[in-house]
Amino acid sequence: MPPAASRTDRALELRDVSKYFGEFAALRKLRFRVAPRDSVFVYGPNGAGKTTLLRMLASLALPTEGHVFFGEQDLHQDPTEGKSAIGFVSHATFLYGDLTGRENLRFAGRLFGLRELEKRIDAALEMFAVRDRADQPVRDLSRGLQQRMSLARAFLHDPDFLLLDEPFTGLDTVSAENLRALLARLPEQGKAVVFSTHDFDQGASIARRLLAMEKGFVRYDGPLASAPLEQLRIKPKGGPA
Amino acid sequence: MHQATVVWTVFAKDVRVEWRNRETLALMCVFGLLLVFLFNFTLETTHEEALRTLPVVLWVTFAFVGILGFNRSFAAERENSCLEGMMLAPVDPGAIYLGKMLANFLFLAVAEVVVVIVASVWYNFSFVAALGWFVLIAFFGTLGYVAVGTIFGAIAANTRMREVMLPVLQFPVAVPIFIGAIEATGGALRGDAPGQFANWLKLLVAFSIVFVVLSYLLFEYVLEE
Repeated sequence: MPPAASRTDRALELRDVSKYFGEFAALRKLRFRVAPRDSVFVYGPNGAGKTTLLRMLASLALPTEGHVFFGEQDLHQDPTEGKSAIGFVSHATFLYGDLTGRENLRFAGRLFGLRELEKRIDAALEMFAVRDRADQPVRDLSRGLQQRMSLARAFLHDPDFLLLDEPFTGLDTVSAENLRALLARLPEQGKAVVFSTHDFDQGASIARRLLAMEKGFVRYDGPLASAPLEQLRIKPKGGPA
Repeated sequence: MHQATVVWTVFAKDVRVEWRNRETLALMCVFGLLLVFLFNFTLETTHEEALRTLPVVLWVTFAFVGILGFNRSFAAERENSCLEGMMLAPVDPGAIYLGKMLANFLFLAVAEVVVVIVASVWYNFSFVAALGWFVLIAFFGTLGYVAVGTIFGAIAANTRMREVMLPVLQFPVAVPIFIGAIEATGGALRGDAPGQFANWLKLLVAFSIVFVVLSYLLFEYVLEE
């Protein structure tokens, strides 16, 4: 897909957002702003609220309290522009097993109302090196290939905000390295990326900003280079904490 | 314009998925035939009795066959969270609903045609004389039932006992549809003057339209987490 300048100067923002599942608070009074060209690594233990945060930004989860904004538009009241600007990769692939990868991408592209769809599909398939497997039913693909197809689906409409929840899951070493390099390049192309991974070193090699979470709270939000890793009990494998 | 494209895209996707595995429609037809056979076997009827029982047999069969279809329709969406995948797109949730409803309508209509053909043979009953009215009644009855079934299928898909929950949730709401459809079908098959069953047909049409419109408007809230 050709590099494109950011189509928006608008930010994606959570304002005092809380999310409860019954009594359990997944997010508590969270304030978080993703500006265009941001590169944010969301890190934290299981149950920290990373997935809920990303789902909230992707407009898939409703806040119990607070609001999600795209620019000054409430993402849940008026989601059309926001959704066009967001690409999301989740634990689930969003792919129909009975359809081929190409058919899945065509389906998604039509929902997004994309022009020159076949060209875009080929470019997205090429980007994740799955073009040669695009005409096989998704059910017959390995987990790693399905993940790459899911990434192609998320990049298909050339979104300005890429939200990726554990995007390296199931990928082999070469694919993981290619994705790492791609994510690292996105801010230069005018795109913002927010992602989570349990591999701190991998995440730190991509992002400039760290959002450390625990039990629904933000423990740190700032430049990765100056993050107090020891205080956050983060131990990178590649160097002393 | 985009709205119509979305409806068509979702409809075409469901038809394509069904064409690939051919599971749901085959299951619906076989189940429908089994039910008609069971009714025919247990209710050995004369021609006059058939006129009384056939509308009930047909609509009860359509109701159970429909349940299978609605459950399967959202089983495909649950796998890999595909319904959420659709919600990521900047589309009106009502358009997604209409696309899925039209696909469910098509599958149930095909199963109904098979069931009616076989029922006419087993009951030794010709639908030809009342075919026009019967098709009209079946159209609105199926439309109303599918409208309710599609939205409750989406609701039940997020529950733990979804296969059980769907009929429990859906049948009480669909009662007016079945009453109208059974009474109107009975009148049409007996060869009554249209004026005699017109009120039932009007009831059926009114409920079908109300259910389609309400479901279209409410589908957005069904999809919310």
